[in-house]
Amino acid sequence: MSETTHHSAHHIDVKEFHPRARAAIHNPQIRQNFRKAMDGLMTKRKSAFEGWDLETLRDLGANIRMRALANLPDLLEQLEQKLTENGVTVHWAADGDEACEIVRDICLARDAKSVIKGKSMVSEEMELNHYLEDQGIEALESDLGEYIVQLAEETPSHIIMPAIHKNTTEISQLLHDKTGTDLSNDVEYLTANARLQLREKFRNADVGISGVNFAVAETGTLCLVENEGNGRMTTTVPPCHIAVTGIEKVVPKLEDVTALLALLTRSATGQHITTYFNMISGPRKADELDGPEEVHLVLVDNGRSTIYQDDELLDTLRCIRCGACMNHCPVYTRVGGHAYGTTYPGPIGKILMPHMVGLDEGRHLPTASSLCGACGEVCPVKIPIPDLLVRLRQEAVDGDKLHPAKVRGHGAKRGTVEAMIWKGWSWMHARPGLYRLGTALGARFRKLQPGKLGGWTQYRTAPKLAAKTLHERMKERSQ
Amino acid sequence: MSSRDAILQRLRHRTGGELTAPECDFSVLNRPDWSTAEKLDMFERTIESVHGEVHRTTESGWIDRLAEILQTRGAQTLLIAKEHEIGKALKNATENREDLPQLLVYDEAIDSWQETLFNDVDAGITSTRGGIAETGSLILWPSVDEPRLMSLVPPIHIAVLKASELYTTFHDAMQSQNWAAGMPTNALLVSGPSKTADIEQTLAYGVHGPKELIVLVIE
Amino acid sequence: MVDPIKVYPAKPSKVYFYGTCLVDMFYPDAGMAGIQLLEREGIEVIYPEDQTCCGQPAYTSGYHDEARAVARAQLGLFPEDWPIVVPSGSCGGMMRKHYPALFKDTADDVKAAEIAGRIWELTDFLVNVCHIKLEDLGEPTTVAMHTSCSARREMGVAEVGPKLLGQLKNVNLVEQVRAEECCGFGGTFAVRHPEISGAMVSEKVDTLVNTGAREFVTTDCGCLMNIAGYAEKNQKPVTGQHILSFLWERTNGDGGKHS
Ligand code: SF4
Repeated sequence: MSETTHHSAHHIDVKEFHPRARAAIHNPQIRQNFRKAMDGLMTKRKSAFEGWDLETLRDLGANIRMRALANLPDLLEQLEQKLTENGVTVHWAADGDEACEIVRDICLARDAKSVIKGKSMVSEEMELNHYLEDQGIEALESDLGEYIVQLAEETPSHIIMPAIHKNTTEISQLLHDKTGTDLSNDVEYLTANARLQLREKFRNADVGISGVNFAVAETGTLCLVENEGNGRMTTTVPPCHIAVTGIEKVVPKLEDVTALLALLTRSATGQHITTYFNMISGPRKADELDGPEEVHLVLVDNGRSTIYQDDELLDTLRCIRCGACMNHCPVYTRVGGHAYGTTYPGPIGKILMPHMVGLDEGRHLPTASSLCGACGEVCPVKIPIPDLLVRLRQEAVDGDKLHPAKVRGHGAKRGTVEAMIWKGWSWMHARPGLYRLGTALGARFRKLQPGKLGGWTQYRTAPKLAAKTLHERMKERSQ
Repeated sequence: MSSRDAILQRLRHRTGGELTAPECDFSVLNRPDWSTAEKLDMFERTIESVHGEVHRTTESGWIDRLAEILQTRGAQTLLIAKEHEIGKALKNATENREDLPQLLVYDEAIDSWQETLFNDVDAGITSTRGGIAETGSLILWPSVDEPRLMSLVPPIHIAVLKASELYTTFHDAMQSQNWAAGMPTNALLVSGPSKTADIEQTLAYGVHGPKELIVLVIE
Repeated sequence: MVDPIKVYPAKPSKVYFYGTCLVDMFYPDAGMAGIQLLEREGIEVIYPEDQTCCGQPAYTSGYHDEARAVARAQLGLFPEDWPIVVPSGSCGGMMRKHYPALFKDTADDVKAAEIAGRIWELTDFLVNVCHIKLEDLGEPTTVAMHTSCSARREMGVAEVGPKLLGQLKNVNLVEQVRAEECCGFGGTFAVRHPEISGAMVSEKVDTLVNTGAREFVTTDCGCLMNIAGYAEKNQKPVTGQHILSFLWERTNGDGGKHS
């Protein structure tokens, strides 16, 4: 089918993580842009939670998400029923391709030629823009960051701040080249120009496409969190609004969103709240004067129901996409979002993307972490990200006979040499006598130790074996 | 099988077995009982920290205040609701005063006058369903009389808030007004003017929505 | 999901000392210093001769079968119910936090959980169990401290090191910016992703140098090896020491000679 092959055309090879990471590390502009942005975001988050009992609040966040997941199928049905009652059409998509086709069919039925988009990471997952373009439908991003990224023909480098990898000068140049604005470092000027350009697009768009931050089952309400107002424009001005979201985004109660919102905006950008919290429960009613005539919700699975099967991996689905884990990640800060080559970069990407692209493709993702734990410490819904990274490393090498691997592409990273090294290591360290002999010999012949140890000595001196091991010294002491 | 049924079936027949839902204790969101004055102070401080403007005024004084505000900004046109008392009061006022801008009434479906709304309206005035002190938010439930775009498209949004309708937290407001019983087609929290930090973390206002948010608090 | 809440035991008469393989082979001085500090507190230190490695390198690399085999060989080393002290947040974290998961669904699960409950990071133990009082005999100096990520986040001992150093009247403790950020060690991470790790450690060293301190101390030998190794190779004016060596040298009065 021609529809389902479109993804390969724009495909980035996830496996090529190393060269991309290396390039980013040696790019001072990238390093500086990310360092500055991440430092600012960390400081803001910290001050936004001042005076809060953050541990208890995070526990609540985790429990709300877990309660939702525990009843997921029922909640999805309830959501569907409520939305349908409210006049919203609900669609279900097994994967990104099917979701794209659903969107296309809605557009075709309306004879739509142009689509305006609010920020939606699920639509990035679907690679919707490219798909629609191939279908002859113009899809324009309206979130300023997404707009910049689209003009640059790039992908977002951060899930909340898509253009964070660029500084003002770079953006000014881009806008100049693509839209004819003057070169200027005046952000107000650049923003005002984007407003002008996009206002026309809002007015003329046939369809608006947005994401969803929380979908409330009890009332059939789609919640959107944003600052710019482009989300409101997208969901209000065009005659048809299509919301796309992952099946895990549902929560049972309207009340739930109060706590999740408090966590989300503070974790993401250190804001007490965003400028707009937009709750949509239906299309324009007969007597209403504005709002879309048609509202659709596309519920996208794309691997989520598989993650759902496993008690440990399930925690991945608690994510509310705040981006705090990447803001605090020392690896993300060094390599930036594009190095990962995945829709979701950073820690959440490392635990989520292997399910979407398979562990064979995504084999390097779980290893690109020092397991420092900063991500897990700030995650507003307490996802144990480091533990999940270790789990995926285990899956990547089929490393646990007691708990056989399940993730698609598991075992792809198991190399014969590496496996033998660990076997040998294990054999020696499980035998104390042998270990003592080995380490004592090492100490005795430490002068023969190689001075070069691969990647380690590229940056550091080799560690120096002591003249006597602690074992030997304790032995001497007891004699 | 449809994707819907396939997804639901996979979720229902979880290989890991049934999940138990944990209890959710929302008490961490509770705040002390603030007086109206305290709530208003908090509201004002918070919304001003994100560039919102607050004017404390009275039932009898708000139109004077509004006229002043709009004059300093050179606003030529103001969008009002047809039925709401705010719109009515303004309409009556224009009969014997010159200092208010030209009033436009949102009484036709957008499709017929979209271009005017986007290009020729300087300000829009709406009521609110209360405010939230902790986050400096206005609660808006757009309606037939006060449609969604009134508070979004014009460069200046003026919102009228009764100090007596301030809630401490979002949770508080939602529970007190029993939102779960039924939601309108669109409900909003608005906390400041439209803004972005997408260009190198530098704040810029009025990116897609209003550049200014002005709150008239009726004490 | 929920971390066990730490309940500190009363000061015992005996403890097991789990030295860790890095201390054993590369930093035995730090191990000796820890043992002597404990002994000075009147505690008898038992050093199980058959200890090797906690299994963490294989565990974090995903080789859980191999990690389990090595970890299992450690489970029999601590027959009495004395606390087990570890001069490392990283190995301590492995044994306290990850042993129960590693031995879940095995015949050793109860034993692993029981041992996990007795694991203490050594500086934490000195402060919160021994209530140690240090008398500083050293020359005035300025130091910075790097608390390892596992000591900070898995063992929850970020406050402990500064507390100990704060007892030393001639030591001026300065804090580097982004003190809580990882130094880039991460075990096999440093070898698998040398550029990323290198970028992390170079920034860590810069922030340490920028404090003006010419020496730093740390809770973990992995970080020490990484940070000091980078500084040495790149001729940065800062040297490092395990915090236990530093504490012992400054308080034992023999000018830094051990055992
Ligand atoms: S994993 Fe946690 S910290 Fe990261 S984006 Fe999701 S909710 Fe935020």
